[in-house]
Amino acid sequence: MVSESSRSPESVGTSRVKRGMAEMLKGGVIMDVVDAEQAKIAEDAGAVAVMALERVPADIRAEGGVARMSDPTMIGEIIDSVTIPVMAKARIGHFVEAQILQSLGVDFIDESEVLTPADNAHHIDKQPFTVPFVCGATNLGEALRRINEGAAMIRSKGEAGTGDVSNAVTHMRRILGEIRRVSAMSPDELYATAKELQAPYDLVVEVAQSGRLPVVLFTAGGIATPADAALMMQMGADGVFVGSGIFKSGNPVRRAEAIVQATRHYQDADTLAKVSSDLGEAMVGINVADLPVHHRLEDRGW
Amino acid sequence: MTPEVTVGVLALQGDVREHMQRLRELSVTAVAVTSPQQLGDINGLVLPGGESTTMSILARREGFLDPLREYRSAGGPCFGSCAGLIMLADELIDGRPDQQTIGGLSISVRRNAFGRQVDSFETIVEMPALGPDPYPAVFIRAPWVETVAENVEILAINDKTGAIIAVRQESVLAVSFHPELTDDLRLHRYFVDIITEQM
Repeated sequence: MVSESSRSPESVGTSRVKRGMAEMLKGGVIMDVVDAEQAKIAEDAGAVAVMALERVPADIRAEGGVARMSDPTMIGEIIDSVTIPVMAKARIGHFVEAQILQSLGVDFIDESEVLTPADNAHHIDKQPFTVPFVCGATNLGEALRRINEGAAMIRSKGEAGTGDVSNAVTHMRRILGEIRRVSAMSPDELYATAKELQAPYDLVVEVAQSGRLPVVLFTAGGIATPADAALMMQMGADGVFVGSGIFKSGNPVRRAEAIVQATRHYQDADTLAKVSSDLGEAMVGINVADLPVHHRLEDRGW
Repeated sequence: MTPEVTVGVLALQGDVREHMQRLRELSVTAVAVTSPQQLGDINGLVLPGGESTTMSILARREGFLDPLREYRSAGGPCFGSCAGLIMLADELIDGRPDQQTIGGLSISVRRNAFGRQVDSFETIVEMPALGPDPYPAVFIRAPWVETVAENVEILAINDKTGAIIAVRQESVLAVSFHPELTDDLRLHRYFVDIITEQM
């Protein structure tokens, strides 16, 4: 019998445990689901996690109003229905929604611009939580500010609920382009660069030395087809979030599986051709360029 | 180290990159195994961490399960971490009823036995097989080994729960935690030694 005092210390919620969880999701697809039935379709298709929410971004966009954290009962039902990890969204800056989600036992919290921000100046201080957070970013500085607050995973924001992949491409190119630029700098240039990026100097140095973010980088916001998913993977994403693209399409079961296959075989055009065939209608979609500026989610987050 | 050893990392999904990095730090050739044909060209196979449900679905869909079972039954060395431990277990508790494993380890494994992500933790474990110094272990939604057959060697136990967290059966090594997330190379070296002993 081992006495209490001789036991090895165990630490929960460490940076390594939180970032490590994100590493386990790499190469995978995380799908938005609104009920247990959709969650099972996602799991059967090979999703690596599901995002539990009451309305997918396309509906939030169509219906308007204030978008908030989902009903805990509905999140609980989804947790009970699948074995894969379950994520849920909290509003930007709404640390009490995050406390509630942690208490429910969700595996990851998305502090998301898809919901209406609760704080127009601050994000959640994510360090004290034991549950890991993923946050959106449109550029390197924003990504590093979120990591500094404790985010264990970054996703490029894109423009959720549109089915238009162009903003996801813009943001991924910008984040990776800025990483390449920083990596090529001499050490004495990094001080001014940190100021320019509005990011902590130590994190800028870490990126410059390693040539990548210190956490996993997924993509999100407008991915609607297997080709979209493969495009983002070829560009350098570690994995893919698909929101409205699956369950707003003609045949969610086939499309979900096809996007999983495309994310896994993103460099194999023959497989991509095969899985892109006969999927039924894609979600209708909205051109980002036609969106009024105040309806664009990419500008939420500071 | 022995440069002629080539170790494959099963690349269905998960933290493939971290395992390849650790292997390269040991001067071993590491390759990502993305198709069953590659199993003939490697001296050992790592089954990485990731989501075991997803790995199982992808392996079945892509016709990977039988080639992996053949690789294993021919005595091919395997090293599984977390989801990889689940993939190697003959019996699975608390998985989806239809979740299939490769098998090869005469153990039963309880999925997510240490809890959900909010319960994930890091600690140190005593592993005499690696020497006197304790080994840093990161547990993420981790499984544990519930029962073992007589011919399975128990390499480590979690002292808080008494659960078995590391086992070896002939050339199969498997652990509940993630040695690829720390910079302690001893477990990867231990696996490479298993491979070279057999060559």
